[in-house]
Amino acid sequence: MQSNPQLNANGELRHLLSIEGLPREVLLGILDTAASFVGVTEREVKKVPILRGKSVFNLFFEPSTRTRTTFEIAAKRLSADVINLNIAASSQTKGESLLDTVANLSAMQADVFVVRHASSGAPFLIAQHVKAHEHVINAGDGRHAHPTQGLLDLYTIRHYKRDFSRLTVAVVGDVLHSRVARSLIHGLTTLSTPEVRVIGPKTLLPTGVESLGVRVFHDMREGLRGADVVVMLRLQSERMRGALLPSAQEFFKHYGLTAEKLALARPDAIVMHPGPMNRGVEIDSSVADGPHSVILPQVTFGIAVRMAVMSMVAGTS
Amino acid sequence: MKPLPDAESLCAGLVAELRPLIGPNTAMIGLYTGGVWLAERLHAELALAQPLGTMDIAFYRDDYNKQGLARDPKRTRIPFTVGGRDLLLVDDVLYTGRTVRAAMNELFDYGRPASISLVVLADRGGRELPICAQHCGAKVDVPADMRLRLRRGDDGKLRLELERAE
Repeated sequence: MQSNPQLNANGELRHLLSIEGLPREVLLGILDTAASFVGVTEREVKKVPILRGKSVFNLFFEPSTRTRTTFEIAAKRLSADVINLNIAASSQTKGESLLDTVANLSAMQADVFVVRHASSGAPFLIAQHVKAHEHVINAGDGRHAHPTQGLLDLYTIRHYKRDFSRLTVAVVGDVLHSRVARSLIHGLTTLSTPEVRVIGPKTLLPTGVESLGVRVFHDMREGLRGADVVVMLRLQSERMRGALLPSAQEFFKHYGLTAEKLALARPDAIVMHPGPMNRGVEIDSSVADGPHSVILPQVTFGIAVRMAVMSMVAGTS
Repeated sequence: MKPLPDAESLCAGLVAELRPLIGPNTAMIGLYTGGVWLAERLHAELALAQPLGTMDIAFYRDDYNKQGLARDPKRTRIPFTVGGRDLLLVDDVLYTGRTVRAAMNELFDYGRPASISLVVLADRGGRELPICAQHCGAKVDVPADMRLRLRRGDDGKLRLELERAE
């Protein structure tokens, strides 16, 4: 067996770098553990002592409020000490290398590094250089992966639909720039989802996306027909270089989710979005706030999923 | 070595012992996995007014730094208010006392109970913490390299078994 940088010799999760390459049992183990943590987040005392005395460093080389906050809440609910470093505005601008930054933090007795970086692969690089007792969690690297978001999407689908083995899941919009889409698609295929569709204009779908095991649709109405789960992606205008799209209005007309288009999906379909939403660009307000939307439960589940991942990796030697 | 006691008779004995102590304020919590099986039986026979609580102490264990997180922890469900309650905490086998310590810590994150009593089917000695059971089916001598555990058959019947400790 090829050695997996995310697992230790016993096959336990040591780092979480990407969903791609995670065995099915590990993936299901994370989702099961997260279900137990959902119980903790519903109590009056939303804290367990398991990571007491451990330090979690949030290393955000790229700005993010929501993801950083949910990691911070998750770590605090595990009783860890949390240190937030917004490195975009600190040492990197003074010329320090990525590995020097990490080595310095390691000297401050870190246990877990939560890393977001604009360059694909940065968390892998860090994971290769950390000490045996240190763990790395990828909180989004370039266009590559955002595994905890993918996991919380899988958790949400499992919560509402129970079983993946009969589902049709449609992922809509800017797949090209979306690390969320990539992580989710790998997770869905690992869990044997029979039909995963991607829907979007040619310019926003990566070439060769079919090789991930998905069906490609350019007509949104056709792609939504019979879907159990509709995952809307944010139109990442800040990632767009050059003119991939005529305008946001034009995009909404063809690929925005409206109640009328959603009616083509199954009557009990759920609508997801990783946030932050662009209302009126990829999703209409009436759908975002409507009865099919599970966008806010996604955020709540995200905390439990991150608690599960942190407590699993930090206890693995 | 003496044969292991019959779990079904021990269970019946505990029901008889607990029955006069049950009041409107009594509630029961079983600890996964064996303790939940025993608690389901006791709870049904004693017809407690409060629904049964179930607890997995995985997030409160004291050996996390050595063992890591237990695989597949179950979700703790306490479907009643803990504050002010007289609680019966139920486990199958009492050994080091560490599970009970963890369970009491978890319980206090739900509220401040009026009292907690420990109910176990078997006490095998070997305590490492100052914990004792108020209601105990039997004391059982078990060699240190063996593990005493409760099993539930397909017919729902409970039985004690010895197996080699890992």
